[in-house]
Amino acid sequence: MNSSLAIVLIAMLGGAIRVSTPFMFVAVGECLTEKSGRVNLGLEGTLVLGAMVAYAGSYHTGSPWLGVVFAGLAGSCLGAMHGYICKLPRVNDVAVGIAMMLFGTGIAFFFGKPYIQPTAPRLASIPLGGWSSDADLASALNVNPLFFVGILAALALGWALRNTRWGLIVRTVGDSAAAARAMGISVDLVRFLTTTVGGFLAGVGGAFLSLSYPGSWNQGLSSGQGLMAVALVIFARWSPVRCVLAALLFGGAGAIGPALQSIGVTEGYYFFNAAPYILTLGIMIATSSAKRSARDMPGELAVAK
Amino acid sequence: MDSGAPAMTEVSGAPVSVAPGESARKSELAFRLRASSEYVAIPVLALAIAAFLFGIFLVAIGKSPIDFVDNIWRGGFGSAFSFQNTLQRSAPLILTALAVAIPARIGLIMIGGEGALVLGGFAAAAVAVPMVGAAPPWLTLPIMAIVGIAVGALWIGLAGFLRYARGVNETISSLLLTYIGIAIMNFFVEGALRDLTNPNKPSTKPIGEAYMVGKIPGTDVHWGFFVGVVLAFALQILMTRTTFGFAARVTGGNMRAALAQGLPVGRLIVACAMIAGGCAGLAGFFEVAAIQGRANASLAAGYGFTGILVSFLARHKSIAIVPVAILFGGLVAAGGLIQRRMGLPDATVLVLQGLIFVVLLTSETLYGRFAIFRATASRDRT
Repeated sequence: MNSSLAIVLIAMLGGAIRVSTPFMFVAVGECLTEKSGRVNLGLEGTLVLGAMVAYAGSYHTGSPWLGVVFAGLAGSCLGAMHGYICKLPRVNDVAVGIAMMLFGTGIAFFFGKPYIQPTAPRLASIPLGGWSSDADLASALNVNPLFFVGILAALALGWALRNTRWGLIVRTVGDSAAAARAMGISVDLVRFLTTTVGGFLAGVGGAFLSLSYPGSWNQGLSSGQGLMAVALVIFARWSPVRCVLAALLFGGAGAIGPALQSIGVTEGYYFFNAAPYILTLGIMIATSSAKRSARDMPGELAVAK
Repeated sequence: MDSGAPAMTEVSGAPVSVAPGESARKSELAFRLRASSEYVAIPVLALAIAAFLFGIFLVAIGKSPIDFVDNIWRGGFGSAFSFQNTLQRSAPLILTALAVAIPARIGLIMIGGEGALVLGGFAAAAVAVPMVGAAPPWLTLPIMAIVGIAVGALWIGLAGFLRYARGVNETISSLLLTYIGIAIMNFFVEGALRDLTNPNKPSTKPIGEAYMVGKIPGTDVHWGFFVGVVLAFALQILMTRTTFGFAARVTGGNMRAALAQGLPVGRLIVACAMIAGGCAGLAGFFEVAAIQGRANASLAAGYGFTGILVSFLARHKSIAIVPVAILFGGLVAAGGLIQRRMGLPDATVLVLQGLIFVVLLTSETLYGRFAIFRATASRDRT
């Protein structure tokens, strides 16, 4: 009993690290976008396109890291599209997000067809568990470098938003577009740039899906992770560091099912499959309120109203 | 492909010749024609631009756009057979588009039609399992339909309720509910309700030929299409000609004003969400009872997502949804032919739909920019 509990906990730890990485990238990217007062619901499509481009890039160049860069660039393209379209008057950013979600997924499936079969070089993990004699623990601690890149990006972004001129500009634009305009800041340009960078990060998150875990490209690769990550940002109250913690929590929840399977518990497999969605919904219900807007919410934001 | 520009001038050109001395009734009509022609011309223009961009895309990957149009025509509209296939596929599109349009009138962007369709269809199939053989079809089918509608209504109604009671963003929650709904169906279809005699694909037990919904006499199209069209008209009347619809539109226009007027905003939101879910659930019932004959993973065929686009293109007007749904039904119906004849992947239709959606939303910015749609007639009105 005790040992099977340990196995489950270790599997959940490893799972949390693996599953959380794409959540982390998307949530941190969306956090930046939302800090500037705009919502990009299309990151689900960006994630899928990033996964496809990374896999194709790694397959053709032989270098998975080039694949990651390509994925980021593809994500920036989608982000830039969203950012550009939403700066036109009378265009609804939530609706454009839905359209970008369908468009990104469509493009990824269209060009991704030839890459379902072949095997591309994957990102190598860093074996941090070498000190342990426990094989399970050692494999759980095989951590992908992108995990650390994500944490670094979140820390850097959190610091930059608080302490730099650029961070102040982004926050001003997000809290009051009128004040930003009065300061001579181009609101549209700032939001365009934050959406583009947000798209870059989401694309890199997609690269993790296809190049590390699960580590292959197919059409069912992402089922709503991008969307859940957007919901996570509300839960994390628009702080990049809290986004990382929320992503870890989600990774742990997503890992319960496979962890239980590893000790032979297969009942409720579909329930545990649905657990992250139910958890997201539960968190949204718990943290939203009909009476007041969420704490720390950028003043210009429409999604959490 | 470039039909956008001429259509614009034709539609708006007609009422220009109204003389100032003519009856007020005629100029009122002219004004309304002129104003509403903008809502036809701009989406048509958006469709044309999207088609043009998609043509460039096809040329860039070495395929012929002319072949593509030809195949859509043949696969979707060219013959009686293909057109009936198109109508058949437009039935769930009408219903899932209504599931977007009704909440949109009250100011909500609900995109959970896919989930309500899947769960509604699954519930209909599940309730049929003990009834097949024990009860006659005339009793079984209405019960299946009611259960499908009820489950769909509860599903989207939940998103509406959460929106009102807890301020949960309905766009995200309805899409999350879609994933949960599909997981619930998989749970039962691969577990408790699995038909063990069918080893190929996890499904519920088939309801059997005798219990299937029939075709409209003289056609190959099932009754779901007819029901969809009737429902589209009925909901148009509900939203434009009744106190309920008026109250819903006031709420959609300005929720605070509606609250200040003492309108039951919460109940209106939940009611609109439930109507929406009921429509999508009904679509699921027809997919099970008229097409598949059982519930399995093929229920999640993307009709719910195409329905979102249909509703936006129809500007959330119930009546306009019918022709737009037929257009996209043709596109879906021709998908197989495009795949086989042109060697394009099945995601081609997705790319085209995504492109249309993006261009359409971009075109929102054009409203009110063309003088031709305002011009002289408005003077007579004052």
